[in-house]
Amino acid sequence: MPAAGVVMIIAVLLIVLAVVYYLVSTIVALQRITKNLDDAITGVVGIIEKSAPVDDVVTSINTNLDAGVSLLEGLLVKKAGMEDAVGLVDGLYPGAAGDGFRDFPESKETKAPRISEVYTKGTLTLARLGREAPIAAASPNGPALRNPTYGSLAARGLYPEVRQTRPEAMPRSPVIGTDSPVQYEPSESPGVRKRMPVAAGVAGPPEPEATEGGVVKSGLAFLRRLKNDDR
Amino acid sequence: MTLEWIGVVVYLLHGVLNAANSIVPSAQKIAMAATAGSRDLDATALLLTTQDQVKTTIEVAADYGGSLDVILDDA
Repeated sequence: MPAAGVVMIIAVLLIVLAVVYYLVSTIVALQRITKNLDDAITGVVGIIEKSAPVDDVVTSINTNLDAGVSLLEGLLVKKAGMEDAVGLVDGLYPGAAGDGFRDFPESKETKAPRISEVYTKGTLTLARLGREAPIAAASPNGPALRNPTYGSLAARGLYPEVRQTRPEAMPRSPVIGTDSPVQYEPSESPGVRKRMPVAAGVAGPPEPEATEGGVVKSGLAFLRRLKNDDR
Repeated sequence: MTLEWIGVVVYLLHGVLNAANSIVPSAQKIAMAATAGSRDLDATALLLTTQDQVKTTIEVAADYGGSLDVILDDA
């Protein structure tokens, strides 16, 4: 065989090998792509199957939540009135008054009283629900009724006039025990004292006033003075 | 002439192989993302529990609202 024929055969053989190499490599790559796409399709099918009922479920949840919002908004507006209701919401969520209530478009136009600047949230709730206090109605545009730093003092105004301005008139809390400065007699009726307690070393309870004909003498003296004045 | 055409074919095959190899990582990422997404949606079954819970909660709130409506005077 001539040398040129041998070279030709080798060249053709190398070319065929190169073509085979590229073709086989391409086939392998395409097979890997196919496998990965199969995996992707499996995953996508899973996503589709699992997300199919989501729409109905979420729609149901939203429907229930919508009903709850309508219920609570309606109740709040019915019980507190539009102005206080907007003020309450704005006090709890500052700036929410601008959005208004969903079922009450007119609430967007309602000017929210500055409830949260006057009362703390707990006091506000108690005042609104328990006492029907006209909260913040006095000065919705004026200065705050309390110092926000010491707000608990302002909250006293909501409670009975016993411990607010004259706490010194209240009896002190009792100290109990056998060596307590004040000894209490046992009472047969809970909450009812036989007589007011007296501190140890202090004079006993005042003696009953002398009477004359069943009338206290000091009272008689007062009546006599009054009678003389009439003359 | 034939050898030149064979060279062109080999060059083209080389390009096809490069393109196929570059697709493989992308296909792998797509498959992994789809699998992970499908796995994440396993929790969607809990939506049924949420649905029941929301319904129960709203019913309780409605009961409370009804009671408050009776207890409190209107504004």
